[in-house]
Amino acid sequence: MSRRFDGVLFTIALLLAWQVMARVVGSSGLSTPLATLGALERLFGRASFWQNVAATADAFALAVLFSLVGGLAIGLLLGLSRFAGDVFDPIVNAITAIPKITLYPVILLFFGLGMSAKVAFGTIHGIFPVIILTMNGVRNIRPVVRKAARVMRLTPLQTLRSVLLPAALPEIFSGMRIGVSLALLGTLVGELFASDRGVGFMLIQSVEHSDVPTVMALTLLLFVVAIAGGTIMLHIDRRLHQEG
Amino acid sequence: MSRVAATRWGLIVAMFAAVEICCRVGIISRLTMIPPSGMVVAAWHLMSVDTVRGDLLFTLTNTAAAIAIAVVTGFISGVVLNAVPRLRRVVDPLLAAYYAVPTFIFYPMLVAILGLNRAPLIAIGAVLGVVAMTVNTLTGLDRIPRVYLKTAKAMRMSRTSTVLLVQLPAATPHLVTGVKLAVSYSIVGTIAGEFILSVAGLGRAISLAYNNLDNNTMYGLLLILLVTVTLVNLAIYEWERAIHRRWGLR
Repeated sequence: MSRRFDGVLFTIALLLAWQVMARVVGSSGLSTPLATLGALERLFGRASFWQNVAATADAFALAVLFSLVGGLAIGLLLGLSRFAGDVFDPIVNAITAIPKITLYPVILLFFGLGMSAKVAFGTIHGIFPVIILTMNGVRNIRPVVRKAARVMRLTPLQTLRSVLLPAALPEIFSGMRIGVSLALLGTLVGELFASDRGVGFMLIQSVEHSDVPTVMALTLLLFVVAIAGGTIMLHIDRRLHQEG
Repeated sequence: MSRVAATRWGLIVAMFAAVEICCRVGIISRLTMIPPSGMVVAAWHLMSVDTVRGDLLFTLTNTAAAIAIAVVTGFISGVVLNAVPRLRRVVDPLLAAYYAVPTFIFYPMLVAILGLNRAPLIAIGAVLGVVAMTVNTLTGLDRIPRVYLKTAKAMRMSRTSTVLLVQLPAATPHLVTGVKLAVSYSIVGTIAGEFILSVAGLGRAISLAYNNLDNNTMYGLLLILLVTVTLVNLAIYEWERAIHRRWGLR
């Protein structure tokens, strides 16, 4: 009860702070909570907005697909072979530490402007956490589990499906959770830099037109969607780790 | 050299050689990418150009300012949240979901508020880095063994000396990890900001060279940027390891 009360109190405080900030900064910098909601409502009524949402959703879905499938495959290979894992571990970590944003022009030169560049950008953001956590998950499986699979003469596919994946699931899911949110970041940032459609494109266009309420409405929308998605995945993540 | 390290370096060299050959032969067009050896030559020449040095300095000082703000604010927020459990309980889900949100989308808004100068770059770097520091400060304070505080009390240490002589040193390994993460997040923030909208900086210089189809300059600058960032990352990684070793964590 008191927890919910604190939550409400905190939300009210945030809204108040936002209102006061908007008053202080003025409407050329920040729009008030009400004005932002109004702009959001207008956006919802526009067909072009939904086309942009669909464009972002398509790119995001593909980036997630490539990140998860690619990351899982590479992570499994590196996790299963001690030698390959030892060889690639520092390389993968070094690449992960690179601010991938700097590679944007390179991605554009290779893929050209448009969908494939966005997907590629989302994927290079999303794939590495999946690789690293899958690899660690598989490596940390107790040897006796893998030995048991061998004793039972499971085929490699059976071993993978009923032994390795379930055993490493909590870690793999953590990797996927981080991967998915980074893929969203990558896709959106990709649209900010250079793109002709998508939510990120709308965002940068509204900035160029100094359309502050729309900028804030889009930011708020992305924030809420990402927080909701992140919280749900974090919840599942914690459950998986507790069971394991 | 061990077999593992030999294989690793062999692979790295082979990969660069393959890229070099692909570029030289024309499998990868020069309009797409210049050979790695060409990047090194270009970077070497660019380092003696005044504007490039100016851009590097601009980026580095902005990043340093962002990191300083992120670390100080993050640390203070962590201490405050630790002291006010009621507030912490409310904020915790936000902190946990923070890096799932593309916080970078606030950059355009910051430009609108702060104007087109270094301020929004420093601000976005700080905004990206601050929560990593807060979370690690909280973890560090959480992990201090109870017995340390009891001992401090038994020795009748004052509040200040408990903080300075017991709590801070005990939390140091986590604080260092917080600094490490804040640094890498802040770097991403400032550079990404420069790419999109900025008056100077390496990120902007790279995007200008890209727009002018000047691949020599672009790849040269990119190499300078990546080498600088990697050196910073390595230095901080080593610092973290040294601290963790001294505290007996590894």
